Amino acid sequence: MKRSNSPIFWLLFGAGGMLAALFGTALVYITGVAVPLNFTPSSEMMNYTRIHAFAQHWIGKGFLFAVIALFAWHAVHRILCSLHDVGIHKTLGVKLLCYGCAMAITLVSAVSLLSLGF
Amino acid sequence: MSSNTSARRPYVRSMRGWWRRDRFFMVYMARELTAFAVLLYSVVLMVGVVRLSQGEAAWNGWLAALRSPWSVLVHLVFLLSMAVHAKSWFEIMPKTMPAMFIGGKRVAALTITRAGWAVTVLASIALLALACWGQS
Amino acid sequence: MTDVKTIEIQVLRYRPEQENEPVWQSYSVPYTEDMSVLQGLQHIKDDIDGTLSFRWSCRMAICGSCGMMVNGKPHLSCQTFLRDLLPGPVRIEALAHFPIERDLVVSVDKFVEKLESIKPYIIPKEARELAQGEYLQTPAQLEQFEQFASCINCMLCYSACPQFGLDPDFIGPGVLALLHRYNADSRDGGSKERMEIINAQEGVWSCTAVGYCSEVCPKHVDPANAVNQNKMNSAKDYFLRFLSPKGAAK
Repeated sequence: MKRSNSPIFWLLFGAGGMLAALFGTALVYITGVAVPLNFTPSSEMMNYTRIHAFAQHWIGKGFLFAVIALFAWHAVHRILCSLHDVGIHKTLGVKLLCYGCAMAITLVSAVSLLSLGF
Repeated sequence: MSSNTSARRPYVRSMRGWWRRDRFFMVYMARELTAFAVLLYSVVLMVGVVRLSQGEAAWNGWLAALRSPWSVLVHLVFLLSMAVHAKSWFEIMPKTMPAMFIGGKRVAALTITRAGWAVTVLASIALLALACWGQS
Repeated sequence: MTDVKTIEIQVLRYRPEQENEPVWQSYSVPYTEDMSVLQGLQHIKDDIDGTLSFRWSCRMAICGSCGMMVNGKPHLSCQTFLRDLLPGPVRIEALAHFPIERDLVVSVDKFVEKLESIKPYIIPKEARELAQGEYLQTPAQLEQFEQFASCINCMLCYSACPQFGLDPDFIGPGVLALLHRYNADSRDGGSKERMEIINAQEGVWSCTAVGYCSEVCPKHVDPANAVNQNKMNSAKDYFLRFLSPKGAAK
C-alpha cells in the first residue's frame, strides 16, 4: 500500500490547532472585540508604536508568524477534509488550492514581518 | 442455476446527506466548520501585519476597519468558533495519546481534557495581562 | 384476558431476486417488557413472515453477529430493548455503510479480508525456547492493549464511521483497533510489519476523529483511541525513517 504524505500536513494541522485552542479565543477577543469597543484599560493598546515595536522584537515577530501561518495550515487541512466529507474529493487541484492558500498566507506574512526589521 | 452464477446482488446505499442523519454527525460538522473562522481570522491578522509594514497611516486604517460594527459582529462569531474549537480540541486530544499512568493509576481522558481547558484559561489570562502591560 | 400490547416494527426489506431497491415493511409484534429487538425479529420470522433474513447467534452481546441500525443508530439487536423504544414504530435497517445482501444481512467479505491483512497474532520479537518460560507482563503493560482485545468484530463502528461510508477501502476503526492490540502488546515485535498498513491513506490517514465509533462500541474498545494514537506513530515513522540504518517500513 502506498505511504500517505498526510503526516506533513497533519503535524501542521496539530500545531496550528493547539495554538488556536490555547490562544485563539483570547486573541480574537482582544483584537476584534475588546480594543474596538474600548473594553481596555487604555485606548493605546494597539497603537502603531506599540505593535510595531512588538513585531520588530524577535519574540513578537515569531509569535505573530506562528499564529498567522499555523492557524492557516490548521484551517486549510480541516477544510480540505470537510470538502471530502461533503463529496468534493481530494484531487490534486483541490489540494493545491487549499494548501496553496496557506502557503500564500505564510509567505505574505513572512515577507511583511521580515520587512519590519529587528 | 450453474455453479458459476450467483444470485447475490448487493445493494449499496447512498452517502448523500449522511451528516444530517444523526445529531452526532451534525455536532462533528459544526466542529469542523470552526476552521473557517480560524482561516479568516488568520487572514485578518495577515492583513494587519501587511498594513503594519506599510506604515502608521495604513495600520490606523486597519484598526479603523476593526472598529466597524460589521467587524465586531464577525469577530463575535469568530469568538464563538474559537471557543467551540478549543473545547472540542481538548476533547479529542486524549484520543491521540496512549494510556498514561500517574502513581500506578490510569489517567482518565476527562482529566486530560480538563487540564487542556485549564491551560487555555491560564494562557488567555496571560495573553490579556501581556496585552495590558504598562497600560492604565 | 388482558390486552396484548403490540409494537410496530418496520424493517427495510431487500430481496435481490424480486426487487431492485430496498422497501420498508411493517409488522405488528406482541410486546413484553423484557423483549429485545432481536426477539421481536425472531417473533416476526417464526410467526408472521418466515422470509425475513437476519444474522444472530449468542443473543448475549458477545458473538457480534446481530448488528443492525435501530432507529438510525448502530446497535446489537440482542442488547437493544423494545421497552426503550416505545411507543414505536421501531425502524430497523441493515448496518449502515455496508452493501445489503438481503434484508438485514450485509456483505462482510471485505471486512474479513482487512482483518486477515493486519497479521492479527503475536509476532515474537525473537525466537523463544520453551525452557525460557512464559512472558511476564506488568498490569500497566497489560492495560496498554487489553481494552482493544475486547473487540467482538460486530462492525457497529464501521456503521458509525462516515469516513468508511465515504471510502470503503478505509481499513476502519475495528481492524485498526485490533492492529493496535498487537502493536501495543509488550510480547509482540511485529510493529514494523504492520506499519505499511498504518501509513497508507487507507490506514489511519482516512480518519478525521469523528469519534462516533467509540460511542457505539458495545464493548468499550475505544477504536478512536487506537487509530489516533497511531497517527503520531505514523508521523514519527514518516520523518524518522531516514535515520534508521535499515530504514523504517517502506
